[in-house]
Amino acid sequence: MNFVQFIMTNRQQVLDLTLEHITLAGIATLLAALVGIPLGVLITRVPQLSKPVIGAANIIQTIPSLALFGFLLPAPWIGERASRLTILALALYALLPLIRNTYAGIQGVDPAVVEAARAMGLTDRQLLLHVELPLASGIIVAGVRIATVLSIGLATIAAAIGAGGLGEFIFRGLAMVNNQVILAGAVPAALLALAADFLLGTLERRLGLLRSKS
Amino acid sequence: MTASLSHDLAIEFDRVSFRLNGRRLLDDLALSVKTGETLVLLGRSGSGKTTALKLINRLLLPTSGEVRVNGRRTTDWDPIQLRRSIGYVIQDGGLFPHFTVERNIAVVPQIENWPRARIAARVEELLSTVGLSKDLSSRYPRQLSGGQRQRVGVARALAADPPILILDEPFGALDPITRSEMQKEFRALQQRLHKAVIFVTHDLREALLLADRIALMEEGRLIVDLPVEECSRSRHPLLRAYIEAFSGLPHPLPEPE
Repeated sequence: MNFVQFIMTNRQQVLDLTLEHITLAGIATLLAALVGIPLGVLITRVPQLSKPVIGAANIIQTIPSLALFGFLLPAPWIGERASRLTILALALYALLPLIRNTYAGIQGVDPAVVEAARAMGLTDRQLLLHVELPLASGIIVAGVRIATVLSIGLATIAAAIGAGGLGEFIFRGLAMVNNQVILAGAVPAALLALAADFLLGTLERRLGLLRSKS
Repeated sequence: MTASLSHDLAIEFDRVSFRLNGRRLLDDLALSVKTGETLVLLGRSGSGKTTALKLINRLLLPTSGEVRVNGRRTTDWDPIQLRRSIGYVIQDGGLFPHFTVERNIAVVPQIENWPRARIAARVEELLSTVGLSKDLSSRYPRQLSGGQRQRVGVARALAADPPILILDEPFGALDPITRSEMQKEFRALQQRLHKAVIFVTHDLREALLLADRIALMEEGRLIVDLPVEECSRSRHPLLRAYIEAFSGLPHPLPEPE
């Protein structure tokens, strides 16, 4: 039985696991964005925090993913369900690109433009919402793109703790020493990552056009 | 909303010093500008001209002494209100690259919540004031020439009809022909508008053309403060040096045939 036949005969399961995969990675990225983007903005306002915050996000990234799952296992509520644990772990990994790109994007706005905005009497809030965030949006979306692709890739490991997703096929295939089964998980996961990369890349280029001056 | 000018002196520097990291950028500056008057701050790069401007709209606060706008210390003003009553033009416009010409000009009216129709009418009026075609209103700054961007910068500063206008080398990045056009137009504009204007430049020609008074600065100090007519008679060595640097071309040009 080849890979295509395997997928066709198991299409319902492939579909279910793909949806599960998208849900895990999607919620994790969304959660990371909700925390990471405001944190990135915060450290442009309170520069003393930028080193510790980026440093902490960096350290999280160096923890091997299986070890991170292990660390989180004893946590109350989180550790009760594999999916919760997976989402939290993935979100923690996704924080770094989001924080870093938000910070870099805002820091990269032309200082003359920021000063002109201040001199015109924009409040801090107006400066952020009408000038800095729109001008940084291309770079922030680039961060979302990296975070999304990262989450889709890492979510395959979630199967190791029983959270489902396309990793199920990969681990099952490894156990069965069956390449077809491994591919049934790996190929859709790779396609998902490529699709997300392409879509967010298009958005990023559109937003990037805003930045370019003369 | 713009503050009404009840006070005769729109801008006053009262023994103002400004230090940054131990460096003295402004030293005991005393200077004032009346409504309807144009003061040109002349000086080399690093002489403190830009610092002086930023003290007016409270981008900076004085280390000692006080700056008064409309008779009120800048430290007593709400910075947002203060800045909205002062038009600010910088080199190359400082336009928002993600806004169209129209939105760039309308920034202050929009944050002041003017009704939409009034904003549209004001933008149209300003475009004609600064000599730009209405067709440009939906363009982005990157689609404009340097001169056009600068005109938009001036229009934006005038949008809410502020009683005070401060300009930091606004025409410095333009080619000589465009610069000369802009200078003449600006002179005509300022005669109509009757605002208190402080104009920063290092170009003596520009200063002589636009100023009612010239204040020459050097190393954070005010060296000379003279009505423009008296400048050519001044014996002050630094001002003489300026006049010499700008007098004549290196070689006589051949006469046109």
